Amino acid sequence: MSANLSQCFPLRRSRVHEVCGPGATSFAAILAARGTGPVLWVRQGWDHQALHPLGLARVFDPARLLVAQAPGQVDALAVSEEALRDGAVPLVVTEIVQPLDLRQGRRLQLAAKAGATTGLCLIPEGMGSNATETRWHAAPRLAAEGEDSTALRWEIIKNKSGTLGAWDVRWDDTAHRLHVVPPAGERPGSARAPG
Amino acid sequence: MWFPRLASDRALRARPVDGAPFALLLTQANAERLHCLNAPAEALGLYRGMSLADARAFCPDLITAPADPPREARFLSTLRRWATRYCPWVGIEGQDALVLDVTGATHLHGGEAAILEDMRARATRAGLSLRLGLGDTRGAAWALAHHGEGAAPPGDGLATLGPLPVEALRLAPDTVTGLQRLGLRRIADLAATPRAPLARRFGPEPLRRLDQALGAQPEPVTPEPDPPHYGVRLSLPEPIGRTEDVMAGAARLLEPLCAKLLAQEAGARVLTLSLRRVDGGSQSVELRLASPMRDAARILPLFARGVEAAEAGFGIDQLRLEATQVEALQVQQLGGPVAAGAAGGPALDDLVTRIGTRIGLENVQRFLPADSHIPERAFSIAPAAFSRAATGWHAPRPRPLRLFPPEPIAATGPRPPGRFRWRAMALDTARATGPERIAPEWWLPDDNWQRGVRDYWQVETRQGRRLWLFHTPQQPGWFVQGEFA
Repeated sequence: MSANLSQCFPLRRSRVHEVCGPGATSFAAILAARGTGPVLWVRQGWDHQALHPLGLARVFDPARLLVAQAPGQVDALAVSEEALRDGAVPLVVTEIVQPLDLRQGRRLQLAAKAGATTGLCLIPEGMGSNATETRWHAAPRLAAEGEDSTALRWEIIKNKSGTLGAWDVRWDDTAHRLHVVPPAGERPGSARAPG
Repeated sequence: MWFPRLASDRALRARPVDGAPFALLLTQANAERLHCLNAPAEALGLYRGMSLADARAFCPDLITAPADPPREARFLSTLRRWATRYCPWVGIEGQDALVLDVTGATHLHGGEAAILEDMRARATRAGLSLRLGLGDTRGAAWALAHHGEGAAPPGDGLATLGPLPVEALRLAPDTVTGLQRLGLRRIADLAATPRAPLARRFGPEPLRRLDQALGAQPEPVTPEPDPPHYGVRLSLPEPIGRTEDVMAGAARLLEPLCAKLLAQEAGARVLTLSLRRVDGGSQSVELRLASPMRDAARILPLFARGVEAAEAGFGIDQLRLEATQVEALQVQQLGGPVAAGAAGGPALDDLVTRIGTRIGLENVQRFLPADSHIPERAFSIAPAAFSRAATGWHAPRPRPLRLFPPEPIAATGPRPPGRFRWRAMALDTARATGPERIAPEWWLPDDNWQRGVRDYWQVETRQGRRLWLFHTPQQPGWFVQGEFA
């Protein structure tokens, strides 16, 4: 059986985590909903897949969101390092397009530790950095007929200080709560080999 | 000092017309009227307030340009600053005149005649027509400037002003007409008339103006305050080059600047630190702040990045710090509800400023709700430094988390396709929810909505993508516009 989700989520503070997969945006949004205070979302300006605040409003209040449009990855990393180190923003979400090398990943970790903030990198699949604390894979799950269509499958595929696990979760946008759906005979890691 | 053609002189200084008739136009009551004319145009018989059509009939080759009253006001206040070279007590009179209290200042320029001569020479050189009047009182000077230029000898005001028409007393036009109907055409006539019947007939205004012109009633000149100047400078005996030294210099400059900002209840929004090098080169470090600030200890670290990037060369021997953009900032009680309750507070503003120095302050943005049912227009993006967080998000129906420009897919028919290819992925539809019809806002033309109404579908695929598709029934086609999750 999987470990309890509450041991790993919300993510550990003072660390930088990674999430990949098609459900990464909703993972970040649900993480923001679990916290308080402003959220800084560092994007790369050329990326045309803009965030839609009305969609985010179902998960958390977009008034808390600040979006930084960086011209490139180096600037995006510099901005998120600055914000992590500063500590004024409890959660910094960074969109990454190129793999981080060990030095960049480590710098983000040190900045998060100095500022006691949480960092989350949205990465393309298979581009994880070795310095990350946990790496998640989030994907929408096709729920059975009649269920609502917010079901997600979250898996930890790398964890420096704990075990791996997989959970079926569902976001309730009236109660603004995350429900963990009991696994239907699924073992952790059976859908995908842990990485 | 009356500038009878201030507006047209200002326009002609920028673009001379070489003696051709020229006029500035102002739209009044839906008609274009002449606002200010140059001398050749006046010589042709045109006058102020004439409609443009009439003026064109008189003078077909009239050159016109639109008037710009705010710029004229700025030009006049520039002239006011210039006029402080004659005396410190300079006020603005109406829209096109300056009033100077030169008492005790004329000997510095060699007497009254010399000062008038100097003013006239300088105005002519600048291309401004100028009419001067010098008198014991403000009213006398106005009368002389507007009607028969000259200087009144001190003491005997009525002797000089007496022959002037009653218009010279700054009276309303209908009062002037009334006085003229009674046969009171000159100031001397008015002064000789019994006062009580005059006051009963015309009210106190003509007598007050007369007394002001003759000096029986005081009328002070109110000088305009100079706008506060937020700039400080530090000259160094020896050039410096190290970053720490420059920062120490900036710290010394910030203290008096912040004290001045505090005294004026203002906060700096944009600060410029100019570094002058020994070889005459100069560079400036601009700091744009996310909120108005006057706390030296908070501002100084924000300069660090810009100062590090500056090139010292052979050394820097002068620092100059100026608040180029200033906003009102009330004195706040520390730890009060305002300071504690604001979202983020000063720490967040500092962070936004620091990020802004790297990627540009306008690139740190927040979303504001907008009143539209069109998904792309239901929000607006504003720079976080210049807006406040707004609530009031209302999404009655599910909306995607990501929105992108519509990407066409190959499909036909009003129902979502069972299989389709999107971004080189073959996707199978497992469940489709919809349609939700959104009609374009016909009152706002939008190229993206050329295809008419859209039927939106939430499509869940077996491959795990949850997409927002729409079909345009008026010009059949299928597009992907957003992604849930």
